[in-house]
Amino acid sequence: MPGAVLEMIGVSKGFPGVRALADVDFRLFPGEIHALMGENGAGKSTLIKVLTGVHAADAGEVRLGGDRVSVTGPQHAQTLGISTVYQEVNLCPNLTVAENVFIGREPSKAGAIRWREIRRRAAELLTRFHVDVDPGVRLGACSLAIQQLVAIVRAVDISAKVLILDEPTSSLDRDEVEQLFTVMRRLRDDGVAILFVSHFLDQVYEVSDRMTVLRNGRLVGEFPTADLSRIDLVGHMTGRMLSTLEQLHVPEETARVQAEPVLKAQGVGRRGSIAPFDLEIHPGEVVGLAGLLGSGRTEAVRLMFGADVADSGTVALGGKPVSLRGPNIAIDHGVAFCPENRKSEGLIEDLTVGENIVLALQAANGWLRPLSQAKRQELVGRYMTALRINPADPDMPARNLSGGNQQKVLLARWLITQPKLLILDEPTRGIDVGAKAEIQKLVVSLAEDGVAVLFVSAELEEVLRISHKIEVLRDRRLIAEIGNIGSVTPEGILEIIANGTTS
Amino acid sequence: MTTLGMRGPVRIRREHAAVLVTFGLLVAMFAAGSIVYPGFGSGQVVVDLFIDNGFLLVIAIGMTFVILTGGIDLSVGAVAALSAMLCAFLLEQWHWPVAAVLPLVLLVGIGFGFGMGYVIHHFEIQPFIATLAGMFLARGLCFVISIDQISITNPFFTEWAQTRIPLGEETNLTPTVLIGLAVLAGAFWTLHYTRFGRAVYAIGGSAQSALLMGLPVARTRIGAYMVSGLCSSLGGLLFAFYTISASGLHEVGTELDAIAAVVIGGTLLTGGSGYVVGTALGVMLLGTIQTMLRFQGTLSSWWTRIAIGVLLLLFILLQRLLGSSRTRR
Ligand SMILES: Nc1ncnc2c1ncn2[C@@H]1O[C@H](COP(=O)(O)OP(=O)(O)OP(=O)(O)O)[C@@H](O)[C@H]1O
Ligand SMILES: [Mg+2]
Repeated sequence: MPGAVLEMIGVSKGFPGVRALADVDFRLFPGEIHALMGENGAGKSTLIKVLTGVHAADAGEVRLGGDRVSVTGPQHAQTLGISTVYQEVNLCPNLTVAENVFIGREPSKAGAIRWREIRRRAAELLTRFHVDVDPGVRLGACSLAIQQLVAIVRAVDISAKVLILDEPTSSLDRDEVEQLFTVMRRLRDDGVAILFVSHFLDQVYEVSDRMTVLRNGRLVGEFPTADLSRIDLVGHMTGRMLSTLEQLHVPEETARVQAEPVLKAQGVGRRGSIAPFDLEIHPGEVVGLAGLLGSGRTEAVRLMFGADVADSGTVALGGKPVSLRGPNIAIDHGVAFCPENRKSEGLIEDLTVGENIVLALQAANGWLRPLSQAKRQELVGRYMTALRINPADPDMPARNLSGGNQQKVLLARWLITQPKLLILDEPTRGIDVGAKAEIQKLVVSLAEDGVAVLFVSAELEEVLRISHKIEVLRDRRLIAEIGNIGSVTPEGILEIIANGTTS
Repeated sequence: MTTLGMRGPVRIRREHAAVLVTFGLLVAMFAAGSIVYPGFGSGQVVVDLFIDNGFLLVIAIGMTFVILTGGIDLSVGAVAALSAMLCAFLLEQWHWPVAAVLPLVLLVGIGFGFGMGYVIHHFEIQPFIATLAGMFLARGLCFVISIDQISITNPFFTEWAQTRIPLGEETNLTPTVLIGLAVLAGAFWTLHYTRFGRAVYAIGGSAQSALLMGLPVARTRIGAYMVSGLCSSLGGLLFAFYTISASGLHEVGTELDAIAAVVIGGTLLTGGSGYVVGTALGVMLLGTIQTMLRFQGTLSSWWTRIAIGVLLLLFILLQRLLGSSRTRR
C-alpha cells in the first residue's frame, strides 16, 4: 500500500466540559473510501473540523503526504487539496445554486467574474450529477436534499486529493445515494482519498473499504470493512452488545380504528406543492408517508400542521372542522410538528438544551404562566434520559451538541408537549443506530398510549417497521394507501411508486 | 431524477422587487412634484439632486458594502467631517499641495475603516459598538484640529466649486456628479464582478457557511469597512468642495441618512441582499423629498425628517412582507 495521504497522530481536542477527541490516530490512503464510524457525539465531526482547521487541536499533529502541516482554516485546507462537505448544509442561502457551486473559485477574465461561464458550467455539473434544479434559483428556496446535493457537487468539483463527506446522505433517497456512490467509486479509482461519515450501516458496508471507529472521543480501532461484521461494528461503536437493534414488533391490530379520527383531511391540497388528498389518522395509529425525494412528503405534512396553508379541502381535528391558517391553530388542537430542517426551522442554537426542550411546552402554556423550576428540571431530565441526549447537561448551549444530539433535542421538545397528533418529518435523520432504534421504540410506545403519529422517512424499512398504515406518494400526489400487513416489503412499495398503481 | 428543486415558476426576486418599488415611488414623487410645482420637472432639478446629494450618495454606497456583510457603520459622518477638516487644515495652515493632501486624506479614511473592521472581526465586537467608538474618535479629532470652521481659499478648490460642465442648453453638471456616478459604477462592478464583492454577499448570507466554504472571511469583512471608510472620506471631500469650508459640526447625523437611504433602497439590514443601485435610488428619493419641501416653501425642513421616518417604516414593513413570502415554502 502506498503511504498515507493524510495522517493524524495523537490528536486531542477538548471543549469546555467535554473531551471531544482524546489521543486519536487516523490514517487515510489514496484510492480508498474510508468510513468514520461512531455514535452521536463520538467526535467524528470534531475530527473532521480539526483536520480542516476549523478547530485547532489541543495536541497532536496532522501530516499531509508525510509532511507535518498546521491547517489554519477551511480556505487553507482547500489550497492543500482537502475538499469538505460539513455536516448540515453549509452554503449561502441568499446566493443562487450556481454561485454556491463556484463561489471562491469563480472563473474570471481580467479580474471580472464570468457569469455566463459560471451558469453554463454549473448547469453542466448539475446535469452530470442528475440534480434537477435550475442553477439560477436561490439556494434557500431549494429543499434540503437539493442543498445537500449542491454541497456535494461543489466539493467534488474542487478536484482534490482528499474528499471529506460528513453525513452527506442524511437527506438523500436511494437513487441519489446510488449516484453519489458511483461518483465516489470513480473518484476512488482515480486515486482520491475519501472520508465518509454515515449512520446508515448498509451504505457504509456498500461503499467503504476500511473504517475507523471512535467511541467517546477515543479511537477504538481501524478495520477493513470486509473483516468486520455489523454486530461487531455496533459493539465497537456503543461499547456494549446491542439487543435494541432487534426487530420492533408493531402491535398487531386494529381495534383503535373504530375511534373518532384525530385528524381527518378531505381533498386537502395546495397548488404547485401537492395535489388534493384524503387522510385519516386514528388515536394510537402510526401512519407512514413513503415516497421518493420530491414526491411531496414534506409538503403534505406541512399542510396538516398549517405550516403551509391549503388552498382546497377541509381538515377536521378531533372531529371538529378547523381552518388551519397557521401552526398556532394546529398547536392549540394538540398537533406537534418536528420539521426536517433542524438548522433553519427548529433548534435555537443560542439557547441551552434545557431551554430548547421546554420551548414548545412553555409556548403552549402561555408565557405568563412559567413552568416551575422543579417541574422543568424534572421534565427535561426525563426526556434527556429517555432519548439518551449526550452530554446529559441541560445547561449546555444547543449549538455545542453534535448533529444527532441536536435532532434528539428537537424531538424532545415536541414529545414533552404530549400531543394528540405528532408529526415527525425525518426524525431519525443523522441519528446513530442505537438511538434510532430507541426513537422508533418510543414512537411505537407513544402510539400504544393513544397518540396518533404521522411519520415521514426516506428510509422505507423504517416506515415499514413502525407504521400501521402507509400512504404512498409520487409526483406530489397520493397514489396509494396500504395497510402494513406482514407481506408488504420495501420492494413492494418501490414497485407501487414505480408503476404508480396499487397492485 | 430529483424533481424538487424549485418551488413554482421563477418569480421576481425579492431584492429586485424592493428596488422596483423604490424606483416606482421615486418616479411617482417626481411626477407629482412636476404637476404641483411649476419648474420642478426640469433636467436641472434632477441634476441638482445629484449635486446636492453627491456626498451622501458616495457615503451611502460605502455603507451598502458594510450592511451587505450584515454589519453597520455609524462612523461615516464623523469620518467625512474629519476628512474635510484634515484637508482644509493641511491646505490652509500648512499649505501642503493638493496632490499630496487628497490621497493622504483618503488613506486616513481607509485606515479608520481598517481599524474598525479589524476590531470587529478579530475581537468579535458588535459593529454597532465598534463604529460608535470610531464615530466619537473621529468627531473628537475634528475639534483637535480646529474648534472653528475653516474656510478653504485654495485656488484648486474654489475653481472646482465653480466648474460647470454644460449638458444640453439649460442643464449644468458639476464634477461632483461625475465622481458620484463613477463611484456608483465602480461599486456595482466590484459587488457583482469581483470575488471580493461576491464574498461580501456570502458573508451577509451566512458568515459561518462562508468560512466553511473556504472564503476569506476576515479579509472581506475588514475590506468592507475599508471601502466604507474610503467612501466616507471621499464624501467628506466632496462636501468640502461643495461648501468650500470644513467644520467639526458638519455632517452630523449623516450616518443615519445613509442608513435610511440604504434601507429604502431595498438592502436588508441583516445583510446578504441588496443593490447599490437601490441605494442610489434611495438617496435620490430622500433628495426629492427635500426638493419638494423647498418648492413648497412654507413647511419647515423638519418635515423632511418626518417623511423619511414614514418612508423607512413603510420599507421595513415591505421587506417584512416580501421576506416572509420568500421563506414560506
Ligand atoms: N463547538 C463546540 N463546543 C463545545 N462542545 C462541542 C462543540 N462541538 C462539538 N462539541 C462536543 O463534542 C462532542 C463530539 O461532537 P461531534 O460533533 O464531533 O460528534 P459526531 O461524532 O459528529 O456526532 P453526530 O453523529 O451526532 O454528528 C460532543 O459531545 C459535542 O457536544
Ligand atoms: Mg457529526
